[in-house]
Amino acid sequence: MSETAPTASDSRRLAQEARDRVRFEEEALELSDQVYRVARRLVGSREEAEDLVQQTYERAFRSWRQFTPGTNLRAWLLRILTNLNIDRGRRQQRTPQTASLDAGEAGDYFLYNKLESQVTDENPDEERVLERLSQDSIVEALADVPHDFRDVIVLVDIGDFAYADAAQILDIPIGTVMSRLHRGRRILKKNLADRTVTA
Amino acid sequence: MQPFLDGTLSDDEVAKAQWHLEKCSWCARRYRFEERLRHYVRVAVTEPMSPELKAKLAALRTPLDA
Repeated sequence: MSETAPTASDSRRLAQEARDRVRFEEEALELSDQVYRVARRLVGSREEAEDLVQQTYERAFRSWRQFTPGTNLRAWLLRILTNLNIDRGRRQQRTPQTASLDAGEAGDYFLYNKLESQVTDENPDEERVLERLSQDSIVEALADVPHDFRDVIVLVDIGDFAYADAAQILDIPIGTVMSRLHRGRRILKKNLADRTVTA
Repeated sequence: MQPFLDGTLSDDEVAKAQWHLEKCSWCARRYRFEERLRHYVRVAVTEPMSPELKAKLAALRTPLDA
């Protein structure tokens, strides 16, 4: 830093930088609900999710200059969050990393067919079939999906990220995103089917 | 069905799929179920952030006079 008083152009530059920083922080904070929503499904507990989100924003605000304005801020934040999650080494938890070949997947219509068989109508419409699923069972069923698959489902189906963004966030090829997404959904549906109450 | 729901089919394939769904109620029911299920999953797992966390995040902002 110069030892003399700041020049007029220094002051202008600093003022512009301050404005940029404020705007960056505002835009980032506007996304916090969405970031939290994804974090909550990536980790086991509310407490962990809150810690993770707070650390994410601390790091994001420290590194704000590394973000290119106009690019996907949401994906940038999620990348930070995902990396922090890996650093914490919390990924070796109850659920195995990836499912083995016989991961308890089922065919595409397994869940529908099972739920349909429990409804008394002859030709039930899909709302009647869906009513057999409880909210808690969905939360639990998702938590039981092995995390490599769950990460992709949470980013794409819940976080609404495009495949390419999810690939970038998780640092995996886009083809892997698609295959894990399809298998992950099948595992989720099988988990749901296992949790439905038999009439 | 999954690629159709994901919007990753070609225009041609989409047209064929839609044509089929108009004729086949067996498939149509399952397709609508899948659509509703995805929506339902998203809604079911959505949990709002606590006000405490919201406040902590807001406190991270750089003060204006820094």
